[in-house]
Amino acid sequence: MTVVLDTLRLRLHDIAHGRSGDKGNRSNISVIPYTEAAYSLLLDQVTEERVLALFAHKGASAVTRYELPNLPALNFVIDDALEGGVNSTLNLDLHGKTLSFMLLDLPVEVPLDRVQELTRGRRQG
Amino acid sequence: MTKNLVHIGCGAGFAGDRKDAGGPVVDTLATRDGPKYLIFETLAERTLALAQKQKQRDPERGYSPFLEAYVRPVLERCLANNIRIVSNFGAANPAGGARRILEIAKEIGCRHPRIAVVSGDDLLSVMDEKEIRSHKTIEGLPIGDGIVAANTYIGARPIAEALAGGADIVVVGRTTDPALVLGPLIHEFGWTEEDWDALAAGTLAGHLLECGAQVTGAYFADPGFKDVPDLAHVGFPIATISREGAIRVGKADNTGGCVTPATVKEQILYEMHDPSAYLTADVVLDISGVSVEQASENVVAVSGARGKARPDTLKTTISFDGGWLGEAEISYAGPNALARAELAREVLSERARERGSNAEYRFDIIGTSSTFDGGSAPYPGAGTAAADGDYRVRAAVSCHSREVAEDLADEVLSLYCSGPAGGGGFRRNITAQIHTASILVDRNRLSPSVQFIGAGA
Repeated sequence: MTVVLDTLRLRLHDIAHGRSGDKGNRSNISVIPYTEAAYSLLLDQVTEERVLALFAHKGASAVTRYELPNLPALNFVIDDALEGGVNSTLNLDLHGKTLSFMLLDLPVEVPLDRVQELTRGRRQG
Repeated sequence: MTKNLVHIGCGAGFAGDRKDAGGPVVDTLATRDGPKYLIFETLAERTLALAQKQKQRDPERGYSPFLEAYVRPVLERCLANNIRIVSNFGAANPAGGARRILEIAKEIGCRHPRIAVVSGDDLLSVMDEKEIRSHKTIEGLPIGDGIVAANTYIGARPIAEALAGGADIVVVGRTTDPALVLGPLIHEFGWTEEDWDALAAGTLAGHLLECGAQVTGAYFADPGFKDVPDLAHVGFPIATISREGAIRVGKADNTGGCVTPATVKEQILYEMHDPSAYLTADVVLDISGVSVEQASENVVAVSGARGKARPDTLKTTISFDGGWLGEAEISYAGPNALARAELAREVLSERARERGSNAEYRFDIIGTSSTFDGGSAPYPGAGTAAADGDYRVRAAVSCHSREVAEDLADEVLSLYCSGPAGGGGFRRNITAQIHTASILVDRNRLSPSVQFIGAGA
């Protein structure tokens, strides 16, 4: 058996950035690719199902993904992600401000020949 | 000089933002031609409830405790350069805030400003508690006992009216944050109540400015990935908006930070849910077709906002007594620190269980994955924490009585002599909680009004 290694496992943080906001017990997290070329990879791999699974241990009940091809960017709205929200959570981070980086911790598979291209936009500020 | 462009800068993005941020914004605005405005956004949902409590103790207070810190350093320069100030730092008492600004002007010895007071956001003055409780909660908790405040997001029209009345400074309580920007634009450009696309562009400009430096490189820096120059002196934003709704976002001259498509995109989507329906009092903003482009160094052009008819209802935040939050922490460091921290957590959790309280407890080890953890389940993606390190055990409880909160903090304190080896750095924090719920009310129930004090009043 031959194993052909044609993708590299990176973290979403390597190819995208984002910010989280809160409203009640709902979190929204933007995912913005550093390069426009990475947008289609995000569409394929950063799915509602994967994001819901990532937030399952917090009690998340539903995820809606909004697509903004013009920016380009994705916007995730995660219901019941904030353990009650700023009103009643006992989490140190009342607003879930740190959670954008939990999402950016998600593994992504990047084709070997595209790694350089898709991580190129970093450090441009 | 053209009145087809309006310049609006932001000097504070939340209550507690930098006190010295407004200066460079004012200095930069002073060099611009055309109408010029400075906004301060200082009113979070809970801030207003605290302000209401303060007003109950002293009827002259209840405006933002930061009002003076923001206004005093820039007041004279703003008046001298025709930079009009618009802010929600009126909180629970816009009239009291306006009187304080007039006093500051007298203390400084500068021209006495004409100050507009916008009131009419207090739902409790037009609706009784029973009727308020009959509304369905759309966000937050069901409305509990002990309502402290009920304030409605009244939108930009009263601000425009205040400016038409010649105000140098507009002091508002609760309004939508983008209204601080949209109000001046409505005044300058005469946008009507149905110029939906223009109102949408003005609202988007407000959304970009309302969080201060969050659009100019702050809350963005991620070293090695998103580097930001001179974050210590990050410049606050200035947007230039055209009559047609074209937006250019820049920042104060001679400051740090950066304005790039990436910084602007993060702020566009901040606290945004459905991008095609961002509900405000003045318009429903649709940003699904928005695009951004670097126009020049540290200036980004934003276009493509679309508007739809405003809702018939206005969002109102109800604040009510939320019991107590007790928190306490203690550190363990060096060899085998993780095991000692875990033992401390077990001791605390066992003793809390033995007390038989029905309060809700949480125990974290800061330094592992505390904020990513769920209330009852850890973050599965956390790697293995190092056995040696610098860990901090945190205990938290949400409860009805202050005593339960104090008891938990005392339990953490007792670890000094009765816990694992080498615990240090105990701190406690006991906080009276305010809970909030949002409801939608018929917009016709509110009648915002504008009064003037100071020059010409």
